[in-house]
Amino acid sequence: MRPGSTAAACAAVLRRDLLLAWRRRGDAAFPVLYALIVATLFPFALGPEDALLARIAAGIVLVTVLLAMLLALDALFRPDLEDGSLELLLLAPQPLPLLLGMKILAHWITTALPLIVIAPLLATMLHLPAQAQAVLLAALLLGTPLLSLLGAVLVALTAGTYRSGMLLALMLLPLTVPVVIFAAGAVSAAEAGLPHLAPLLWLGAALALALVLAPLACAAALRIALDA
Amino acid sequence: MNTLALWFHKLGSPPTFYRFAGALRPWLLALALLAGAIGLYGGLVLAPADYQQGDAYRIIFIHVPSAWMSLFVYACMAVAGFVALVWRIKLAEIVAMECAPIGATFTFITLVTGSLWGKPMWGTWWTWDARLTSELVLLFLYLGVIGLYYAIEDRRKAARAAAFLALVGIVNLPIVHFSVVWWNTLHQGSTVRILGPSHIAPSMLWPLLTMALAAKFYFGASLLGRARVALLAQEGGKDWVRALAQAEGGA
Repeated sequence: MRPGSTAAACAAVLRRDLLLAWRRRGDAAFPVLYALIVATLFPFALGPEDALLARIAAGIVLVTVLLAMLLALDALFRPDLEDGSLELLLLAPQPLPLLLGMKILAHWITTALPLIVIAPLLATMLHLPAQAQAVLLAALLLGTPLLSLLGAVLVALTAGTYRSGMLLALMLLPLTVPVVIFAAGAVSAAEAGLPHLAPLLWLGAALALALVLAPLACAAALRIALDA
Repeated sequence: MNTLALWFHKLGSPPTFYRFAGALRPWLLALALLAGAIGLYGGLVLAPADYQQGDAYRIIFIHVPSAWMSLFVYACMAVAGFVALVWRIKLAEIVAMECAPIGATFTFITLVTGSLWGKPMWGTWWTWDARLTSELVLLFLYLGVIGLYYAIEDRRKAARAAAFLALVGIVNLPIVHFSVVWWNTLHQGSTVRILGPSHIAPSMLWPLLTMALAAKFYFGASLLGRARVALLAQEGGKDWVRALAQAEGGA
């Protein structure tokens, strides 16, 4: 890779973000612990009845992962905004959507991937039937990048504001309804022994669309928010 | 430049728009009141009771126009937002942002009247049906736009960011609706169609359309009024506002 080329810049952004996350690898545990604790609260609230928990296990895991990702989203741009490196990214001669795509990828690897890893643990704690576990994982693998991409667009819009947590929830959660419906639809179809490929394919189609459009929208949103 | 285009360009300037909106608003309001009175008389007095739902169906004359408006206003907001983002016209930013509270109110009215109607008809205030849920998501989208607008201090930047959010929302709205239809249940299908015959008696249809017209006029009047106030607030230090204030207060 020639230094200064687009590929080199993308690799550098990805490497930097992953390295930063690795240096503070304790932080990656927070979303995981959060999801674990939230999922633990449900049996306390609903009673430890196995049949009931098994019926709602997939929904709980999906919503818990969604909320954990929502809380982690704020960290996507805030540190870079505070130390000024985000402005340098905006000024870089390489296409901004690509660089932001790398940032979103790094963010997905550091926050969503650990959540996907513990999702089977959460699902087993809540007695999700074994035949639905693989479908839940597939739905999460397709759904979480979608959430990261969608969330990145909205978090870019709030980049200039303080106390954006609740606002981000209000903006993001209505737009995540389709992701939740299709992911949960696939899992419940698998639980009932019905064909579950269609909702997964819809998730995949939405992901393909978002992979192309979201980085562009994210770049536009960031330029609006930072007046650049 | 021909006269019409020139007039249109001039309308983009805040003082011209302020005067124009002030002149147009009473007329729109009067039309809204007139159409509303005719529509309500036609709907509540002239139209016969429904053979199945009795008099309870008459809430349709509020419910359906509000539901139409909730989508229409969102489209208006998105178009104005698009214009604001592409051409950076200050007036378009204000119009887009003043659409949001009106649209949110129409959406809220739709939900409330729908649930009032649902209680006697379906026996429940709320059901997780496709249309109800989409309407609720629409309300959240409106609230998100309003929330973002007031979270950013710089008014123009806030308007651009919120307009962008409105555009993201309009791309997502069909997807949300489509996915929600996936588990649809109780709600009846559309009864009024533009193409093909409507499944509604003409004696009930004309008051409904008159009410829809009244809602449109009311939206226009309300939007112009809100935009005028927002313009004054945002342009507070400018000469034309100062001249206006002096003419008004004589100070």
